[in-house]
Amino acid sequence: MSFWSRTARVAVSLVVLMLLMAILVELTPLGENKWMRVFFGVSALNFTLRAAIPLVLGALSGILCERSGIINIGIEGMMLAGAFAGFVAKSSTNDWPLYLSLVFSVIVSLGVGGLMGLLHGMLSIRFRMDQIISGSVIIILAAGLTSYLFDRDAIADGKFTPIPIPLLSEIPVIGPVLFNNPPITYLALLLVLVVHIAIFYTRWGLRTRAVGEHPRAADTEGINVNLMRYLNTMLGGMLAGLAGAYLVLEAVGQFQEGMTAGRGFISLAAMIFGNWTPFGALGAATLFGYTQALQNEFLLAGVTTIPRQFVSMLPYVVTIIAVSGLVGRVRAPAAIGRPYDTEGGR
Amino acid sequence: MFRVLLIPVLALVTSLALGALVMLLFGDDPILAYQGLFQGAFGSGRAWSSTIRKMIPLILTGLSVAVAFKAGLFNIGASGQFVMGSVFSVAVGIHFEGLPMYIHLPMAILAGMLGGMIWGAIPGFLKVTTGAHEVIVTIMLNYVAALFGGWTVYAGGTQGQTPGPLWDPTARAISETPDVLHSAQIPWIFGPPYRVHFGVFLALLAVLIIWWLIYKTTVGFEIRTVGQNPKAARYAGIRVEKTVVLTMAIAGGLAGLAGTIETLGLNHKFAPEFGGQVGFDGITVALLGQTHPVGVVFASFLFGALDAGAAKMQFESGVAADIIQVIQALVLAFVAAPLIIKALFRLRSTQDDRHSASLNTSWGGS
Repeated sequence: MSFWSRTARVAVSLVVLMLLMAILVELTPLGENKWMRVFFGVSALNFTLRAAIPLVLGALSGILCERSGIINIGIEGMMLAGAFAGFVAKSSTNDWPLYLSLVFSVIVSLGVGGLMGLLHGMLSIRFRMDQIISGSVIIILAAGLTSYLFDRDAIADGKFTPIPIPLLSEIPVIGPVLFNNPPITYLALLLVLVVHIAIFYTRWGLRTRAVGEHPRAADTEGINVNLMRYLNTMLGGMLAGLAGAYLVLEAVGQFQEGMTAGRGFISLAAMIFGNWTPFGALGAATLFGYTQALQNEFLLAGVTTIPRQFVSMLPYVVTIIAVSGLVGRVRAPAAIGRPYDTEGGR
Repeated sequence: MFRVLLIPVLALVTSLALGALVMLLFGDDPILAYQGLFQGAFGSGRAWSSTIRKMIPLILTGLSVAVAFKAGLFNIGASGQFVMGSVFSVAVGIHFEGLPMYIHLPMAILAGMLGGMIWGAIPGFLKVTTGAHEVIVTIMLNYVAALFGGWTVYAGGTQGQTPGPLWDPTARAISETPDVLHSAQIPWIFGPPYRVHFGVFLALLAVLIIWWLIYKTTVGFEIRTVGQNPKAARYAGIRVEKTVVLTMAIAGGLAGLAGTIETLGLNHKFAPEFGGQVGFDGITVALLGQTHPVGVVFASFLFGALDAGAAKMQFESGVAADIIQVIQALVLAFVAAPLIIKALFRLRSTQDDRHSASLNTSWGGS
């Protein structure tokens, strides 16, 4: 399967198109034409990126798991657990130097996300639970545990702030949108590239894909199928945990019950929309992020002719259209969802 | 019979034990908590009434998920279908003043079921026409339904936003519908303070009908065949596409009926905060009941009791009611992976553990 698939190209071109429009809008005096600003202003693009980051990370998490043949619908739960862990770590280290405490919290989020991934791996590999049910268990468990343990009086002091990149951040439009962001945002964008190279250009990636496409053949070649699956599910869990860390430590600054609000599920759609490729997922996540940004921009611009509930439906409706319109043209890893027995029982 | 019950019972016991462990770990008193839980569920007439009342929607959403499972479909959309059922039934229930109850009430109930059926049929239809996985579509439709429901009762905004069509103007800034007319309310069996209503019999009737449909009719046979082996079903001349859409419509209708009964029997109005969790609980209930209609009734009784007892537990022991959700997730895990329980209790494995229900055959449309 070509990594630079058609969906990935379409999605990435959309992103480029949006940036171009924004530059035009920014450079031309528009006067009273507020609609162009609503749709293509720098603030809309900033919001798009902020909304897209957790979706990108969630989708990368899904890609790692599913490329190795493990369905992960539990991203939502892993994200929530990561967010909660990050919050607990941050609020209990408030007296540390800010950056030390933040970085420590990110690490805790990664760890807890990884543990959730390990749990998913154990349930679906060791105990052969249906992977979709296992994902549901993770979601319900995370929702229950985080609400049970949440101390409503705890407060996290401070969050990551934007770090402008010298020179690059001076470029009109592109600078403030892309090069004046807090660290997890940069990290997430970097991870898209890292995961892309890892999956398509390294021995590890080749093995991961082999395990997801044809585990029997991979096994014959001496690859430990279930070990690869465990590794990938844990790494996937860590990425979902990082998405949670982003929400708490960079976007919001506090934890709220159920704060992932369906982002894990939209990540799944972004993963499918992007044809299980990192760059495709980035494009899809940007598109979903953009629909959320519009909702915000409409509100700010005082658009009241369309009821706000209908504007809020946009991301979900776009997701439905995306998965119905594109499935058939995208292809999931072949061995996905099936447990693997070494002794050749199946 | 004994073997069927063994795993769920052991799963429940293990989950309660693990729940106690979590409470101990975080400084709560599990004995006090479980005492409160038991009292809140069975300790008095009111507790019993509350348990039965909570059981009603769970039976129906559980059935909804179970029916879909029979056809190999995973309906995570019960909460959206629940909301649509509530909205449609309340729309009929607050209008048509002067109709006699024997016309108005059935009309409102049918409207609610219709709302749920439409909302269930959409993912079924998209699955067979485009291959979109029902898991993602039903989840997305849950959000859309919640927003749609929110819009119908929206009180309007300060910037001149128009209020929703079902909003009650006398509620001022509160987003809710007016009360359902008396002629469309499901009567209470004993009267206050026991809020158990005749909906419980409707739910049990639905169990009977679904049991009959699944195990005694051609349609049911087709549904089960599609669930076990779609290719063989197609080869045998079953129209798989039709069966999938029909199954999802039935599943949606059941979850819609759950919303309808809650609205007409208990809340008597719709507001955005009604619904939600019941749909997700339906999944756990269906799995715990081994996707059998009778099993669903027992599982709903258990979960109804847990939900009913949770508030009392929090009040008596100070343990946050959310721990119940943790216990429910554990029950689901242990029931869905009998290997864990068998390993824990050193039971002998049987042949069928190796291939338990698989839901992910069509993931991603491949």
